Amino acid sequence: MTRLWTFPGGIHPPERKALSNARALRVAALPDRLILPLQQHVGQPASVRVTVGQTVLKGDRLADLDGGRGVPVHAPTSGTVDAIAQHPVPHPSGLDDLCLILRPDGDDRWRHREPWPDYQRRGPEAVLARIRDAGIAGLGGAGFPTHEKLTGGRQRPIDTLIVNGAECEPYITADDRTMRERAADVVAGIAVLQWLLSPARTVVGIEDNKPEAIAAMADAARFAGIEVVAVPTLYPSGGERQLIRILTGREVPSGGLPAEVGVVCQNVGTALAVGQAVLQDHPLISRVITLTGTALAEPGNVEALIGTPVADLMAGAGLRADNLERLVMGGPMMGFALATDAVPVTKTSNCVIAVAPGEFGQPAIEQPCIRCGECASACPMTLLPQQLFWHAKSGEYDKAEHLNLFDCIECGACAYVCPSAIPLVQHYRHAKGELRQRRDDQKRADQARERFEARQARLERERLEKEKRRQERARAAAEAQARKANGAAAPQPDDRAAKAALVQQALARKRARADKAVNAQKTASASPGDQSPTQD
Amino acid sequence: MVMMTSQSPGSVRAPHARGARSTATVMRWVIAASLPGLMVQTGWFGWGNLINVVFCVITAMLAEAAVLALRRKPVRRTLTDSTAAVTGLLLGLSLPPFAPWWVSLVAVIAAIVLAKQLYGGLGSNPFNPAMVGYALVLVSFPVAMTTNWAAAVGLDQAPGLGDTLARMFSAPQAAPDGWTMATPLDAARHASTIAGAGQATAWLWVNLAFLAGGVGLLALRVIQWPIPAALLAALALMTLMFGSAPLSLDGLSLQLLSGATMLGAFFIATDPVSAATSVRGRLIYGAGIGVLLFCIRTWGNYPDAVAFAVLLMNFAVPMIDYYTPPRTFGHRKAARGLSGRSGEAP
Repeated sequence: MTRLWTFPGGIHPPERKALSNARALRVAALPDRLILPLQQHVGQPASVRVTVGQTVLKGDRLADLDGGRGVPVHAPTSGTVDAIAQHPVPHPSGLDDLCLILRPDGDDRWRHREPWPDYQRRGPEAVLARIRDAGIAGLGGAGFPTHEKLTGGRQRPIDTLIVNGAECEPYITADDRTMRERAADVVAGIAVLQWLLSPARTVVGIEDNKPEAIAAMADAARFAGIEVVAVPTLYPSGGERQLIRILTGREVPSGGLPAEVGVVCQNVGTALAVGQAVLQDHPLISRVITLTGTALAEPGNVEALIGTPVADLMAGAGLRADNLERLVMGGPMMGFALATDAVPVTKTSNCVIAVAPGEFGQPAIEQPCIRCGECASACPMTLLPQQLFWHAKSGEYDKAEHLNLFDCIECGACAYVCPSAIPLVQHYRHAKGELRQRRDDQKRADQARERFEARQARLERERLEKEKRRQERARAAAEAQARKANGAAAPQPDDRAAKAALVQQALARKRARADKAVNAQKTASASPGDQSPTQD
Repeated sequence: MVMMTSQSPGSVRAPHARGARSTATVMRWVIAASLPGLMVQTGWFGWGNLINVVFCVITAMLAEAAVLALRRKPVRRTLTDSTAAVTGLLLGLSLPPFAPWWVSLVAVIAAIVLAKQLYGGLGSNPFNPAMVGYALVLVSFPVAMTTNWAAAVGLDQAPGLGDTLARMFSAPQAAPDGWTMATPLDAARHASTIAGAGQATAWLWVNLAFLAGGVGLLALRVIQWPIPAALLAALALMTLMFGSAPLSLDGLSLQLLSGATMLGAFFIATDPVSAATSVRGRLIYGAGIGVLLFCIRTWGNYPDAVAFAVLLMNFAVPMIDYYTPPRTFGHRKAARGLSGRSGEAP
């Protein structure tokens, strides 16, 4: 048996996976429009590479980056670019973001594709470039560009490749169904990852509440040098740091990457996408998403094109709108309520829950913290949620940061067990936001101060130079006067020369003032913003 | 397009699922777990404790309601969290069975009004409210607090309900001689033999009943093991090291199973609001109470010392918390102190 370790804390929320894991994967109907956000990954948004009205083929690259962190966006089907506009996107803020709107033509015509069954011959650099060009960002939820993780992994000695099939959040069964029905494709993707990283050990970690997925994966992985390990069901075992701990006993250092402890971790869906991209030249244009909740007549998992509006998926799953309390994207622990069902499926969307009234219980009224410590017992990062809450609430953000606020993974275990129904995670998010804002402000203030100091130094330098010039002129004038006086052989030459020099100096001062005024005018007109003293 | 922002914003925050027992549920479990102890107390010592409990619970809730009304806080919702009732219950269980009514009243008002509500109500009190009330009446009315312990004669021999009520609500400070008897701890301190075997047996049963209730609370995860375990272990260790009859089981059983030891260990010291927070902190906190308990009992002026031991350790809680944070996952060292030096190279 594979040795397993434990992580601190954890909780056992009701799993509710039976709601959606019994039905086989379906393919979602082609919607009227596809909404493709330009940023579906960690990093910078991609910039548009097509024009409105342009006809595109399935798999065409519609947007890409000119540099920086990120991945391109592809056309999920053939059609016409209808618009490039602001549109609601699935984000907790509920804000709009720039999206490409694609109108499918219904033909689903592929661009030319070049399958690489012999990818090994192309070399790792070419394969990594293909993974990037296929637009793959972690499908597990965070959306970290996959090629970057792999490149980072190749720069350090990696002894363990972990494929995350834990799927610990209640309700979600997308990875479960993927592993059950597409185990061979997942294993093909894992083989590509193995080839890139050459780990000594490859482990697929699956929570033991998914026996069918474990069996299917074990069967597919039989001769591939892949261990399939059942891990105890305990939320949040699917967190990257938690799963690494469970399977290797290693702790990823705070703020560090798994590669620092010799591990690279990829989600099951990501492995599948990597296999498709490298072997079949099939970019990431669709994903498996769980549609569940008791407000749906036919909950289950569908393969949906990226960009499919949630409204279309809900209609396809038999949403009973009169029985809907809210839509949640993601799971009940870490997901967020959608402000509108117009938002599209993105590369990181793994679940939509149509919540019926009372399905998550009646909202409890927040009460004072009684310091019971249940939150600390549940915290998988061994934080002190109650002290963090205390400091966050009273605005002592630096104290919260000192107690390692930024190690919080926002899994929600603390808030789940809180007898006083305190929305702890919201307080932590707020405090993190404040601290980030403060850092940005500090950076900006530092930059402004540097600019100001540089300007002061420049002005002082100019003033000194001017003064020096003035003194030189005055000295030259005095000398000239003195020579004249000497030439006239006048009596008391010193006295007269001195007087003349004083007069000259006064004249020079006057001239200098006039010069200065002219200069000031000139410079003011040359660069009005920065130079004019009245602008300070 | 369905817009869903109009919903109650409080409910649309992750996590959407909640699995917690409410504070009110937790408090009701505490009350239920104390009933065996109360029944055994009443069985051995008569109606006094039961009357005290009823009186203290009612006055505690009235006092809480009054202050909440003055503070313009929701009265009904706060009262139903049952925390005031638990404070009253703990006082009723701890006070001498024949304590006059005004002693109980002063204790309750000090507990609810001074120690709890004036500090900001539930969750904000640095000191255990019930123990503040108890300590106040113990130092203010020493005669009433030491001469009203009942003799362990059994309910059928003890003064009747009416007599007890009349005595508690009209009498001078001390109950008649035939009714009362020193507690075994007091007797041991004065090396006297006034407390008979029956008295010690009664206290043993009372403690066993509270122990049973406490174990029930542990099993239900209403309280956690560190504080009671550390308290009892420290008390036992001190007894073995410094007790008058160190290696005798009598010495151990006197300390562990007499007076308010078990009530204190499982019902009083475990009050989370005024206790330390981390597991290590709670071990230190519980052990501190155990050590102080033994010291005050053995070398101090008071026969029992749960209230003082708990209050003294309440003082120490901020410091304990300061020095005992756990090591965060992924860090090499714990982040001690409040801020500044992080003690950590990430």
